[in-house]
Order: sequence, then structure tokens, then C-alpha cells
Amino acid sequence: MFMMMRIEVTYYAMLKEQRGCAAEIIQTGARNAGALYEELANTYGFRFPKERLKVARNDAFVDWSTPLEDGDRVAFIPPVAGG
Amino acid sequence: MFTLSDCSITAHPWLQECAHEHAGALATFEGRVRSLNQGRAVTRLEYEGAEALAKNEFAKIEKEALSHFDIIEVRCIHRVGLLEIGDTAVWIGVLAAHRGPAFDACRYVIDELKKRLPIWKKEHYTDGDSGWINAP
Repeated sequence: MFMMMRIEVTYYAMLKEQRGCAAEIIQTGARNAGALYEELANTYGFRFPKERLKVARNDAFVDWSTPLEDGDRVAFIPPVAGG
Repeated sequence: MFTLSDCSITAHPWLQECAHEHAGALATFEGRVRSLNQGRAVTRLEYEGAEALAKNEFAKIEKEALSHFDIIEVRCIHRVGLLEIGDTAVWIGVLAAHRGPAFDACRYVIDELKKRLPIWKKEHYTDGDSGWINAP
């Protein structure tokens, strides 16, 4: 049976400004991080192509193809500029 | 060791605590806010960071530095919040028995940090405009 998952999504910097909030709980059928980003980009009109971002799952960088599990924390990471 | 701080780095206790009995060298790097970037006059900077992810990623950089160079310890403090011109944005301290590996590791850590740590910088300009650096 197809199950919706509950994912906590965090946004930073320019992505946070585009979304208008820092974090939200999403009910999604997306099975991996890349599919989740595509879904949110469609919903909210994010301008950033996935190729320019990185993604973190539960506070560690992962590949876009990483499967998601119910209760995961996911953060989309715009190009960094520390230092 | 890594921490994000919303207070002045120059007053942070790590600057005094970074010591070891076997360390004959302490190499430090300090990144500061400058008033000009790509020809535009900057009034202040705003840094934002993803703390838990930054700590985890820094731990990897630290481990790499400890395996590549003959060093004893690495510490790094990165600012978040609003910074004025001249403020210290990042501080790195590397302890080693000798200066060579200390300098080399310090350079490695700042170079990797700039590429990998989830920290973002927004510049505010004298004309009232502002923008995130490296925005796609």
C-alpha cells in the first residue's frame, strides 16, 4: 500500500526567503530527496535547479537518490559562502 | 572542534584555551569582514549557518586534516548574525609540534570550510541593496 511520509523540511538563506519560512512538516509520497525537491520546487516555484543545491538528511550530506523514511529531517543546501 | 557563535569571536575563550604541552606551534587564520567586494561598497554582513550539519561536516574536515598532516588539534569558530566591517567572521587554530604542518593544515581547513560548510553570507551595500553571495 502506498504510504505518505511525514518529512521535516528546513530551508536556509535564499531558499528560506523564497519559501517565506525556515521549516515545515511535509506530507509527501516522494521516495527520495531529489523527488521531494522537485515536488516542493513545483509547489513553491523555487528558482534553483537541483544541480546547484546539495541535500542533507538527518544532519549529514547525502545523494539526491537517497531514499527517505517517515520522520526524516531534510535540508536543501544552497551554494555555501562561509569564511 | 567547531562552533557557531553569535558573539564576537575575539572574546571567545577558545582563543586562549587553544594550547597543548607538545605543541611548539599554533597557526591561526582569521577571516574578517571587508568593506569592498567585487567593486561594491559593503556596509555589513549577515551570516547564517546550519549548525548540526556544519558540526558534522567540520568533524570530517578535522579528521582529514589530522590524517593528512602531523598536527595535534584543530579548532574553529564561525560567526553567525550581523557583522560590521573589520569584525572577525571565522577563526581557525591549529596546534602542532612544528610550524610546517600547522600552516599547511590551517590552509587546508579554511579552504575546505569555504567549499563545504553550510554557511551563507548576505552582503548589505551602501546603496541599500543586499544579496546572498553565490546565489544561483
